Amino acid sequence: MIKAAVPVLIGVALAVLVQLAAGPIIGPFAAKLLMDIGINVILAVSLNLVNGFTGQFSIGHAGFMAVGGYTAGCITYYGSFLLFGNTQVQPGWLSHGDLLFLGGCLAGAVVAAIAGIIVGLPSLRLRGDYLAIVTLGFGEILRVMLQRTGDVLGTADEVHKASVGTLATSLGGSLGFSGIPYYTDLFWIYTFVTITLVVALRLKFSSYGRAFLSVRENEIAAEAVGINTTRLKVRAFVLAAAFAGIAGGLFAHEVGTSLNPRELGFQKSFDIVIMVVLGGMGSVSGAVLAAIVLTLLPEALRSFSEFRMPIYALALILMMILRPQGILGLRELWELSWFPKRKTKPTEKAAA
Amino acid sequence: MSPIARRFAAFTLLAAGLTACGGGGSGSKEAATPPPAAPAAGNAQAAAAPSGDAILIGHFGSMTGSEATFGQSTDNGIRLAIKEVNAAGGVKGRPIAIKTYDDQGKSQEAGTAVTRLITDDKVAAVLGEVASSLSLAGGRVAQQYGVPMISPSSTNPKVTQIGDMVFRVCFLDPFQGWVEAKFARENLKAQKAAILYDQAQAYSKGLADFFKDAFEKMGGTITTQQAYTGGDQDFSAQLTTIRGTNPDVILVPGYYTDAGNISIQVRKLGITVPLIGGDGWDSTQLEAIGKDAIEGSYYSNHYSFQENRPEVKNFVEKYKADYGKVPDGLAALGYDAARLLFDAMNRASALDGKTLAAAIAATKDFNGVTGSITMDANRDARKSAVIVQVKGGMPVFVTKIEPPK
Amino acid sequence: MTKFLQTLMDGIAVGSLYALIALGYTMVYGILQFINFAHSDIFVLGAWISYTIAVALGYAAATTSPPAWESLLIILAAMATCGAVGFTIERLAYRPLRKAPRLNVLITAIGVSLFLQNVGQLKWFFGTQPQRMPAVLDDRILGSLAGVQIHSVDLIGAATALGLMVVLDWLIFRTRLGRAMRAVSHDIAVASLMGINVDAVISFTFVLGSSLAAAAGFLYAMKYPGLNQPAHATWVLLGLKAFVAAVIGGIGNIRGAMLGGILIGFIELFGAAYLSPHLRDIYVFSILILVLLVRPTGILGKPVAEKV
Repeated sequence: MIKAAVPVLIGVALAVLVQLAAGPIIGPFAAKLLMDIGINVILAVSLNLVNGFTGQFSIGHAGFMAVGGYTAGCITYYGSFLLFGNTQVQPGWLSHGDLLFLGGCLAGAVVAAIAGIIVGLPSLRLRGDYLAIVTLGFGEILRVMLQRTGDVLGTADEVHKASVGTLATSLGGSLGFSGIPYYTDLFWIYTFVTITLVVALRLKFSSYGRAFLSVRENEIAAEAVGINTTRLKVRAFVLAAAFAGIAGGLFAHEVGTSLNPRELGFQKSFDIVIMVVLGGMGSVSGAVLAAIVLTLLPEALRSFSEFRMPIYALALILMMILRPQGILGLRELWELSWFPKRKTKPTEKAAA
Repeated sequence: MSPIARRFAAFTLLAAGLTACGGGGSGSKEAATPPPAAPAAGNAQAAAAPSGDAILIGHFGSMTGSEATFGQSTDNGIRLAIKEVNAAGGVKGRPIAIKTYDDQGKSQEAGTAVTRLITDDKVAAVLGEVASSLSLAGGRVAQQYGVPMISPSSTNPKVTQIGDMVFRVCFLDPFQGWVEAKFARENLKAQKAAILYDQAQAYSKGLADFFKDAFEKMGGTITTQQAYTGGDQDFSAQLTTIRGTNPDVILVPGYYTDAGNISIQVRKLGITVPLIGGDGWDSTQLEAIGKDAIEGSYYSNHYSFQENRPEVKNFVEKYKADYGKVPDGLAALGYDAARLLFDAMNRASALDGKTLAAAIAATKDFNGVTGSITMDANRDARKSAVIVQVKGGMPVFVTKIEPPK
Repeated sequence: MTKFLQTLMDGIAVGSLYALIALGYTMVYGILQFINFAHSDIFVLGAWISYTIAVALGYAAATTSPPAWESLLIILAAMATCGAVGFTIERLAYRPLRKAPRLNVLITAIGVSLFLQNVGQLKWFFGTQPQRMPAVLDDRILGSLAGVQIHSVDLIGAATALGLMVVLDWLIFRTRLGRAMRAVSHDIAVASLMGINVDAVISFTFVLGSSLAAAAGFLYAMKYPGLNQPAHATWVLLGLKAFVAAVIGGIGNIRGAMLGGILIGFIELFGAAYLSPHLRDIYVFSILILVLLVRPTGILGKPVAEKV
C-alpha cells in the first residue's frame, strides 16, 4: 500500500501542475485534447487488463463506459438540483459540487463493476471469441435500453417532485444526456490516469499480474500450476469495467461531450480495442502511447474532411501489417533497448 | 527498489510527453488550415471591395456519415451567402471567411469541432448543426466560451434553452407538430391518425409527441403509435399493425431515407392513405427513393422553392447557378442563418461574443428566404411553415400556415 | 392468421439473406479463426455495385423490367466484382498477417471495414446520398394466401438464396476443393503437409464468401430498394446480426450458418410482430447470449476439445 501511495502522490502532484500551470499556457483547445487523451488512456489501459493481460477478448468496453457515465451524470445532474437548486458548477477547489462529482464517478465505477460481474460471469463458460460476442451483445442491448429512456428533467421543481425511479430513467433517450455540469478538468482526469497507471503497472509486475499473463499465454498450463483461472479472468474483467466506469464519469462531465447511446456502442468499443492492440498487448505504456496517437490523429486530419477516415483506416491497416506486435509489444517504454534490460523479461510471444 | 525508480522516471516522461503532444496537437492545425471544399476560399479573395483582415466564422456539420446531405446542403447555403456578402463589400468593410469542420453526425465530434473553432481558430460566430442532438453538444460549448451560435435547422425546443449564446432561424417542433395536425384535421379532414416514428432520433420522437397532443386537442384520435430505429429496412410488423387500425393518415416524422423506404412498404401492403412528414423529409432523395410510392404524400417544410416571393426566386436562381440543383430547405436555412449573422455583425458595434449575441437577439423582421425572422425572448425564430405535396416527383406548394396568435 | 403467415414469409425472406451473409463469416472463421468484420461491407458493396450496374444499363427510370438474363448478368457481375475485392483484401491485408496474433487480424479487418465504408461514400464512388435500386426483377403479385400477397421478388429472393446454399453445400461436402477447404479448416499445418495449397484454398474461401455476400446484397436491394449510403450505421448492425446468426448456428459450421440465419430472421420478425417492434435488436442479442450460455459452441457447433 505504501509503495503504491508514493507514485500516486507524485502523480496527483503532477496533475495539479498540469491543471494549474499547463492549462492556462496551452489554451483551452489543447487542454480539451489533453482531457480526451487522458480519458482514452484510462479506457485503453483498463481494457488492456482484460485483452492484454489475461488474453480475453472484450469488445464491449464502451458499454461499461456508458454505464459509468450515465450513473455519474445522473447523480451529479439530479443531485445538483436537489442540493444546490440548479446545475451551475459550484465554485471553489474541492467544493461540494466537486465532491458530488467525485461521488458520482465512484458510484459509476461501482455500477460498472457490477455490470462487469454480470457480463464477466459468462466467461466461466465461454472462451475467446465467444466472450467477445457476449460483450458485444451486452453493449447493443444497453444501447437500445438507453435510447428508450425518457427526457431529461430540466427544472428543480420537476426533480423534487419526481421519484428516484423516474430520475434514474430520465436519461435523455436518443437525444443524449446533456446538461451535466462541467466538473471534469485536467486535475481530475490526470489524478485518475495516475491511479489507473499505478494499478496496472503494479499488477503487471506483481506475482498476481504474472498469473494474469500466464492465463493469456497458456490457460491449461496456468491451471495446472494451481492458478484459479476463472476467478482471475472475472477479476480482470470487473477491474477493467470499474475503470471504464470512471472514464465514463469523467467523460460525462467534460466540456464539449454529451452522453449519447448511439455513440457509446460497438464502434467506440472498437476504438478502444484498436488502442490496446496498436500499443502492444499487455504493454501499459504502449496503451498510453496508442491512446495519445489515436486521439490526436483524427484531430490532425479533421480538415481533410472526407479523406479523414480513409486515411485513418489505411494507417491502421499498415500499422498492423508492418508492426503486428503493436508499438511496444509486451514491453514497457523503459524496457526498450536504450534502457538497461531487465533480467527476467516476460516472453514476447503474443496471445495465441 | 530500482524498478520502482524506473517506473517513476517513465511516468514523468509520459506526463511530459502528454503535455508536449497536447501542444503539438494545437500547433498541427496550422498545416491543415486551408478549408476543404474550395469555393468560398476562392471567393473570399476574389471579392474586390472588402479590405482588411477577414472575419472568420465557423460551420460544423455532418459532411460525411448517414446525415451527410444535411451538412452538405447547409454548407452550400452558407457559402452562397458568404460569396454574396463578399461581393457586396463584406461586413464592416472586411471579407468573411469560413471554416467548415465535419462532425460525422456524432455529438462528441461536434463538441470537439466547436471547441476547436472557438478556442483554436478563434471564430467570431458558429453556424450549425442540423440534428438537434449535435446542436445541443456544440451549443453548450459555444455557451461555455461565450461565442454566439446560430443553428440553421435544429427544431428541438431544448436547443436554445442552453443559454443566451444559442439561436436558431427555424421554427420549433411543437409548432411543426401543430401545423401537421392542423393540416391533417382541417385540409385532409382526417379523423384517425397513426404514427410511425424513429426511436433513435430525438427529432422524430419529439415531433410525434407534439403532433399527437395537437391532433387530439383538435378532436382527432391517434389509433396507434409505432416506432422503428433509423436505418431499419423492414417495417412490415409495424405497418401490419397500423393497417389493422384503419387510419385516415399516417404520420412518419423521420428522415427522408426512412420515409422513402416506409412509403414503398406502405403501398406494398396495400395501404392507400396519405403519409405526412416533417422537414426531415426535405431532400430530392425522398422522391428518388420513394418514386411512385411517395406520390401524393404531404410534408411540412420551412419554405418551398415555388413560393412566389422575390427573395425565394433570387435565392433559387443563384443556388442553381452555383450548384446545379434546386436548393432544399436546409440550404435555404443555412443561407438565412449566415445572412442573419452578417446583418447582426453589421449592426453590432463590436464583434465580441456578448455584443454580437445582443445584436442577433435584437433581430427584427429580417427578410429571409424562409420567411420573416424575428428573434423572440427564447432566441427562437417565430415563423410560418409551408405544406408541400409530392407530385410528379417534386414537392409542390400546397399551403402556408402562420403561427397561432 | 394473416399476420402469422405474413410474418412467416418475411422471416424466411430476411432469414435467408442473413444466412447468405453468415456463410461468409462462418467460412472465414472456420479456416482462419477470426471474425472478418469487413464482410458486411462486402455485402454493402454488392448491393451498391448492383445498383451502379443497373443504372449504367439504363434501368433507373425504366418502367418495364429487363429480361431475366440481364438481371442474372447484374447479379453475376456484382458477385464477380465482390469476389475480386474479397480476393484482393485477403491478399493485401490478411495474408501478411497469417502468423500474427488473431487480434491483429481482427483490427486489420476493422480497418478494412472502415476503409471500405468511407471510401464508398466518396463522391467518386457511391456518394453520401441514399439511392433507389431500380426494379430489375419483375415484381408482381403471384397470388394471395389467406390475405397475404405473395410477391415474386420475395419468392425469387428466397429461392436464389436457398439455391446458392444448396450449391455451396454440394461444393463443400461433395467436391475435392470442398474437401481441401474442410481439411484446411481442421488443421492448416497438417493440410499443407498433405499437399494442399493452403494459400489458394484460403483465397478461394474469401472469393466464395464475398460473392455470396454480393448475391445477398443484390437480393437485399431487390427486397428493400431504398439503399442507405455505404457508411450508414445500419449496415454494420445488419452485418452484426448475420454474424450472430453464424455464431448461434455454430461458427465454422456451414449448415449451422444457414440454420442460424433463418432462425434470426424468425426471431426478429416474430418478436417485432408479436412482442414489440421497438426491441428488435434486443431479441437478437438476448437469444445470442442465451444460446451461448446453454450451448457455448452454438446449435450445430462441435464442442472444442482442449489441447494440452
